[in-house]
Amino acid sequence: MVEQRLSVIADTDLDRAGLERELEKTWGAQPGFWGMIATVDHKVIARRYIVTAFVFLILGGLLALAMRLQLAQPEARFINPDRYNQIFTMHGSNMMFLFAVPVMEAMAVYLVPLMVGTRNIAFPRLNAFSYWVFLAGGILLWLAFLLDAAPDVGWFAYVPLAGPEYGAGKRADIWAQMITFTELSALAIAVEIVVTVFTQRAPGMSLDRIPLLVWAMLVMAFLVIMAMPAIMFASSTLIMDRLVGTQFYNPAEGGDALLWQHVFWFFGHPEVYIIFLPAVGMVSTILPTFVQRPVFGYLPLVMALIATGILSFGLWVHHMFVVGLPRLGESFFTASSMAIAVPAGIQIFCWLATLWAGRPVFKVPMLFIIGFIITFVIGGLTGVMVASVPFDTQVHDTYFVVAHFHYVLIGGAVYPLLAAIYYWFPKMTGRMMSEILGRWAFWLIFIGFHLTFFPMHILGLQGMPRRIYTYQPELPWGGLNLFVSLSSVMLAAGFLVFFIDAVRSCVHGPKAGENPWNAPTLEWATSSPPPSYNFRSIPVVEDRNPLWSRPGELTVAAGLRTDRRELLVTSVVEALPHARESSAPQSVWPFWAAIATSIMLIWSMFSAWAVVWGSMPIAIALIGWFWPKGAPEEES
Amino acid sequence: MKRTLLLLPVILSGCAGVQSALDAQGQSAILLRNLIFVIVIVCSIVWLAVMAMLFWALLRRDRPKPEDSRTDKPMQTAVIAAVAATVVIITGLTVASFYTTRGLGPVPDVDVTIRVRAQQWWWQFTYEDREPVHAFQTANEIHIPVGKNVRVLLESIDVIHSFWVPSLAGKQDLIPGRENVLTLRAEKPGFYRGQCAEFCGLQHSHMAFVVIAEDEQNYRQWEATQRATPSEPREAEALAGKAVFMARQCSACHTIRGTQATGISGPDLTHVGSRMTIGAGLMENSRGSLAAWIADPQTLKPGNSMPLVPLSAQELRQISAYMESLK
Repeated sequence: MVEQRLSVIADTDLDRAGLERELEKTWGAQPGFWGMIATVDHKVIARRYIVTAFVFLILGGLLALAMRLQLAQPEARFINPDRYNQIFTMHGSNMMFLFAVPVMEAMAVYLVPLMVGTRNIAFPRLNAFSYWVFLAGGILLWLAFLLDAAPDVGWFAYVPLAGPEYGAGKRADIWAQMITFTELSALAIAVEIVVTVFTQRAPGMSLDRIPLLVWAMLVMAFLVIMAMPAIMFASSTLIMDRLVGTQFYNPAEGGDALLWQHVFWFFGHPEVYIIFLPAVGMVSTILPTFVQRPVFGYLPLVMALIATGILSFGLWVHHMFVVGLPRLGESFFTASSMAIAVPAGIQIFCWLATLWAGRPVFKVPMLFIIGFIITFVIGGLTGVMVASVPFDTQVHDTYFVVAHFHYVLIGGAVYPLLAAIYYWFPKMTGRMMSEILGRWAFWLIFIGFHLTFFPMHILGLQGMPRRIYTYQPELPWGGLNLFVSLSSVMLAAGFLVFFIDAVRSCVHGPKAGENPWNAPTLEWATSSPPPSYNFRSIPVVEDRNPLWSRPGELTVAAGLRTDRRELLVTSVVEALPHARESSAPQSVWPFWAAIATSIMLIWSMFSAWAVVWGSMPIAIALIGWFWPKGAPEEES
Repeated sequence: MKRTLLLLPVILSGCAGVQSALDAQGQSAILLRNLIFVIVIVCSIVWLAVMAMLFWALLRRDRPKPEDSRTDKPMQTAVIAAVAATVVIITGLTVASFYTTRGLGPVPDVDVTIRVRAQQWWWQFTYEDREPVHAFQTANEIHIPVGKNVRVLLESIDVIHSFWVPSLAGKQDLIPGRENVLTLRAEKPGFYRGQCAEFCGLQHSHMAFVVIAEDEQNYRQWEATQRATPSEPREAEALAGKAVFMARQCSACHTIRGTQATGISGPDLTHVGSRMTIGAGLMENSRGSLAAWIADPQTLKPGNSMPLVPLSAQELRQISAYMESLK
């Protein structure tokens, strides 16, 4: 026993350089191709996730431009109706499932462990698995598009159009299975985030000291855990209707076409908040740095996040106001949909108060946040409009709604995301992005966005339905559509400048120090980019803005072993140190498990027996994954 | 003269008729337009107020030091006031919305009942009557009497569609296995275009129809014509066309009352010559466009259910003449 104790190397025994060397040896990735495949470092995986999601953003944006080309003039023949229907389905599915949700979760995977002051995310191998599954789902969808077999039933895949009778071929199956891939990866990350936030926070980071971004990611993770099973049920039953002859959605056999809409939107509405809440967290975290003052109303902001999360499950019927539901039910959902404007209002007013009391510094992230407030308030107000049943009967499924949700999703989520990229880019890469290109990107995106999407409100009120591949010349929509199409080029140019800036700055950007913005949260207390072990020593937190209240050195906790991957586990409420727990080392098995899962899921589009035979390789991969190595667990 | 005046809007806006929630000519649409105006105005004021606060917050001078907490109290009051204002406005809009919904409720006295069976990608309309022999069918075009309540029963035989005539009323879905009801009431004579608003497949974009609102007398006249069986064509070419129609596949899918053509999978063509458009709002109805459609329906509207029937040029002319004669 005594000998064993002696062989343990604790961080207190070493000097700074020695400690760094030891930690790097323990936590660092192995070199070479298999080292890349096997890594479980949350930062590496998150970077891959973010880059992949932005590649999907580019692809989805190109699809949008193709649609705008087709709609620029009446009865245009650039794209045939079949291809157009694939394109708008791909655009929606890709943006929602392959860009927006994954990129927000990826930001969480990168930032949450750093912001709570731990060395890796909880369940790091699950994290690696999640990325590979997500990548496989994205490749599946885009390969299908290249083969002219992409889904053409809309990102909402309403039955019976997506059902066995009207959705011929494998297109709807590919959509449903792509959903399975992405929901699997999303659920995995959600579980990791909840556990990381609840058990791995730095000592002293009690619930009321958690950074707002982390709160937002935590609420988002709960939304994922509660909403994703609904879509999993939906996509699985759709596949079963199509493949093995169940009749969930067939009214002729006692099924119900509306059941689909209920389960889809029970997921689909929280989905919007799964994208939006992280963005809100980003704003609440970035804003204080650029006014050099703590955010006003921490507690109301946290309450607003939680209230939004809960209310988001009571709104789904507002996507179904014209299907003919009972009046009383519709009225309830009008009231609940309107009510969600209240927590949104609380957040807006707290940010305005923060701006009012602080000293604003107009750097690029700040510009995107101001653009966000201007744009998102419009999106929120048009949301109030469509929450009214009678109003909605005129604008539902028209370009008004297209305008509304682009205001909410681009204005409300992509602007904060771009602010976040400009803000955390120095942390992720060690280099700053360009202020000049950043300003060009901001103004092009901001003006291009409004010129592109504002006229769509008018088009919708003028009677232009969504999802039409063309319109007749005698309808009075030609002028505005041409204007919208031309403006979309400006918006695209803004994104091009942003991507040029990002790529260029990776190599040529000026070096960023540990904390280039003088920000208050823990991720800025380590080098840029952070080392594989995140922090040399685990910081101890005494208030909400540790780097502002203690500008010198932080107090640190000591006593973790350095010769194997060890984390500090703290209590849920007070974050009192509890135990030391080992964090899983790298492994190639998550990769093989993801490959096996992908094979099973793709095969199951063709034969139900895939579920039986395809499970076997998955089982083998999981056995490899969980093979006990004889490491002693959990020392209190 | 009256007829020409009535046609004036057609000339002005093409054959489409108006299709805009802002150009409201029906009882429901007018209520909805008023609600839309109220909500848009209130929301615009809210947005301007928030923007004023934003720019004041951004641009004001003499700012307190970060550690100065004396501003916290007034800020708290301001935020609480703003949130309270939000609650009041939201409640007001919700109540306005409820009242509008009540105003749109079902009406007791109905003058005309039309059953809609939507299908990929056209509209089948049946004018119901207590006497089943008086019921008749049209496609992609309905006539309604001005100032009367028209009950529209909505069904779909395949996928989900949505019935929407923005100038007359809000939209309502047509869902297989269900029946929805909508009331139309036009306040002015005119041509109102409607279009499917729920994505329904390949030709969702080309699933339009027209509502022709006319005064009671014209409406009754139209109704009587539609009920009647068309008379035998007088023109020799049209008569020959009838023979071709009956001899070829046409009669397997289409009905022309008073003939042996009794197919039901395609639109009822009994009075096709009287309609404004063909192909569900695709083209203006004329002998030329009828010929073009019959010659190659798949190029004009790819994916629709009408097959290409090989016809000689002469047969094509004859059939088009026959179709045009079915007034």
